Amino acid sequence: MSIMEIIGSILVIIGSIFLFLGALGIYRMPDLYNRLQAGTKATTLGAMSVILGVGFLEPDWFLKLLILVVFIGYSNPLSSHAMARAMYKRRVFPWTKEGGVDAYREVIEKETEKKES
Amino acid sequence: MIFLISVITIALLMVGAAIYAIWQKDLLFAVIASGVISLILSILFLILQAPDVALTEAAIGVALTTIIFIITIRNTVRYEDEHDKKAKKKKVKNISK
Amino acid sequence: MEYIIYFALGIMTISLFFVAIRFVKGPTVGDRVIALDTLTTLGVSGVVLAAYLFHRFVYLDVALVYGVLGFIGVIVIARYLEGAL
Repeated sequence: MSIMEIIGSILVIIGSIFLFLGALGIYRMPDLYNRLQAGTKATTLGAMSVILGVGFLEPDWFLKLLILVVFIGYSNPLSSHAMARAMYKRRVFPWTKEGGVDAYREVIEKETEKKES
Repeated sequence: MIFLISVITIALLMVGAAIYAIWQKDLLFAVIASGVISLILSILFLILQAPDVALTEAAIGVALTTIIFIITIRNTVRYEDEHDKKAKKKKVKNISK
Repeated sequence: MEYIIYFALGIMTISLFFVAIRFVKGPTVGDRVIALDTLTTLGVSGVVLAAYLFHRFVYLDVALVYGVLGFIGVIVIARYLEGAL
């Protein structure tokens, strides 16, 4: 068992645990935006870690797996940002405390008032 | 053994997604469920030793089908019974005229 | 070494259930789309693990196609919800 295999297996285990925690966050979180955080950020880290771990386990494939990591690293935050923006424009607002500050919500409510008047 | 259990699990999830897509009245949710179906179907093709079919299924099922269905929904109606309501209203108007 | 891959596959199979529950239960469209996105990411890592398990280099192409094209569907749905498609 060489040092590369040890590093690779540790990375695979860490990544799979992060994937599990992301899925658990999707099930447990109370709010749409909390679910978006858990489901996209934790899962991105987990997938990157699993793919790099396989790259350490099989060093011939490392270049292609690196390209895969780069693609996941740009495509996942892009889709999550587009989804959050669309849901905010559809007036699904995040949960705030009494008297909490949500500046973008005021902007959107002013816009809808203008449209209605 | 664990690999077999995961394959059976994702196959059952695919059947569940198909039933959900038929049962759901909101057509947008049905389109998202069809995305899940094509994702799992492509993984099943991969496990059955056909990577080229899985490649085609991934490219068509994820991107092309979703785009075409979304454009269709935008040009028609989103809910299943909405169309019937519109047709009924037209009929009533025609009778009243 | 294969025990670790099997452990990761098992833990990902358990996490599929949570995502499926959220997919059926989720009150808004956003929850379901997020569940689809998470399923895509889980599928990419599962395909990479299967490629290592079968020692096939060709399987990585499928994962690459998912990584490149997987977000297009989500972005199209988001643009439709925004009303800007």
